[in-house]
Amino acid sequence: MKEKASVGSRLLTVFFTIISIIYLIPIFEVLVNSFKANAYVNTDTFALPNKESFVGFGNYIKGMTFGNYPFMKSVFFSLFITVASTALILLCTSMAAWYIVRVDSLFSKIMYYLCVFSMIIPFQMVMFTLSSTADRLHLNTPWTIPIVYLGFGAGLAVFMFTGFIKGIPLEIEEAAAIDGCGAITTYFRVVFPMLKSILISVGVLEVMWIWNDYLLPYLVLDRTRYMTIPIHVQYLKGSYGTVDLGATMAVIMLSIIPVIIVYLFCQKYIIKGVAAGAVKG
Amino acid sequence: MKKNIKKCFPLFMLPTFAAFCIGFIWPFLQGMYLSFCKFTIPKDAEFIGLDNYAKAIADPGFRYSFLYTAAFAVVSIVFINLFAFAIAYLLTQNIRGANLFRTVFFMPNLIGGIVLGYIWSMIFDGILKKYETFLLAETRYGFWGLVILMCWQQIGYMMIIYIAGLQSIPEDMIEAAKIDGASRWQTLVRITIPNVMSSFTICIFLTLTNSFKLFDQNLALTGGMPVKFTDAGTTVNTTEMLALNIYKTFYASAKTRGLAQAKAVMFFILVAVLALAQLRFTRNKEVQQ
Repeated sequence: MKEKASVGSRLLTVFFTIISIIYLIPIFEVLVNSFKANAYVNTDTFALPNKESFVGFGNYIKGMTFGNYPFMKSVFFSLFITVASTALILLCTSMAAWYIVRVDSLFSKIMYYLCVFSMIIPFQMVMFTLSSTADRLHLNTPWTIPIVYLGFGAGLAVFMFTGFIKGIPLEIEEAAAIDGCGAITTYFRVVFPMLKSILISVGVLEVMWIWNDYLLPYLVLDRTRYMTIPIHVQYLKGSYGTVDLGATMAVIMLSIIPVIIVYLFCQKYIIKGVAAGAVKG
Repeated sequence: MKKNIKKCFPLFMLPTFAAFCIGFIWPFLQGMYLSFCKFTIPKDAEFIGLDNYAKAIADPGFRYSFLYTAAFAVVSIVFINLFAFAIAYLLTQNIRGANLFRTVFFMPNLIGGIVLGYIWSMIFDGILKKYETFLLAETRYGFWGLVILMCWQQIGYMMIIYIAGLQSIPEDMIEAAKIDGASRWQTLVRITIPNVMSSFTICIFLTLTNSFKLFDQNLALTGGMPVKFTDAGTTVNTTEMLALNIYKTFYASAKTRGLAQAKAVMFFILVAVLALAQLRFTRNKEVQQ
């Protein structure tokens, strides 16, 4: 009986190894094609590079400046927008959630339900009016777009933080108050450190959303001056006259390598964060 | 204490509240209002009542995209959840390398929709080339292409949720079933599946709303192509989903913005109703278990 089970489990391991390899083929193909000359990407997509088609790092060098916009600029803006927006969201919404939980007023209740409501709103509903509002308030630069992200992304973050803060016993904060802490010190010295695990979860969700977001920055940012990685890729492939597939694949590869590296190092947190977000949502 | 916190409203609440007004409340209300107006920019809005809604309902492209989205949602819900549950179930059977496999299956989730769309359009074109055709040649290629893409992206995500559900089933329950002589299949159907009903709720809900809200992948993979001519002489983009249809109505021409906003309101109501109905339906089922 025991032996039979282990044979079965070994077969499963073999089976999953094969499936995993198949699963990775698309990424492998991007890698392979990023080393081929443009003409060969389309005609021999699945062939490995050979003497004729191999161009070394040519596509990568080309990809850096391809499309009249330096790719590194897009990388910088993507990085800045993601980090700044996530930091702003984590700080502001966790404070707001604490206020909502601890100050039991009508305003708190309305704010909470509005946040829950905003979670089910598809972006298309507010797409046009949001971008025109952002334009009018001059929020159309990478330096100010975090405010837009804070506004549109507040719902999920406030919801997750309030759920967590409700589970923190009030006594701890009362003790701090008796010891002479004001609201601000209580929050930053006592409450905020206790939020560590939920901060990571919310942070992971926000980073994944903002890093990959296409439509919001596309509509809000002044596109002639600022691009993010998704906008850049869409620009290269979508509206550009002659598409250079080899260089596009190099750009795609450059945009997914850092993500995969971060994932391999922080996968524990990422998977936990995603699961937490899903269960709450 | 409460009073103390309340005094700090400007610090704790105001930033989020102000941004929420700019990023959500005001655009939402203005969007609602503009759906009853004729406008090119919000300033020149002129109230015209329900005209936009009537036009939206009569628009063949919008109707088509609704049916197309619904069909896509049904197919992708079935495939994604079936595969995700099967993988999660097998991976929790004490097999060697389970963590590594989990890592691999989850990875596509981290890649953005636009990039995913272009990766797969290259692959599909490469495959279809062997049959002397291409991705944008036929509607069904685009449809199944998008289903495959979404399976690739979402199975890993749903798998994580199913694994969490499966791991929370008490060991002794399964053990007891084994002692009672239940077969593997019986244990799965009678013990395991009823116990992960809440995971099913979450996953079906997520796949449903994800399918309806899908935009980036749709735009990058086919962009709505190929185009079909109707008898009335209008054109319909045959792989265009609701979100993309609304987007194109907004930005293809400034004249149809009122119409686009009305479509967006209908889209919002649809997504909200679906989400609530789904949640209710599966919650009821859980209680009965």
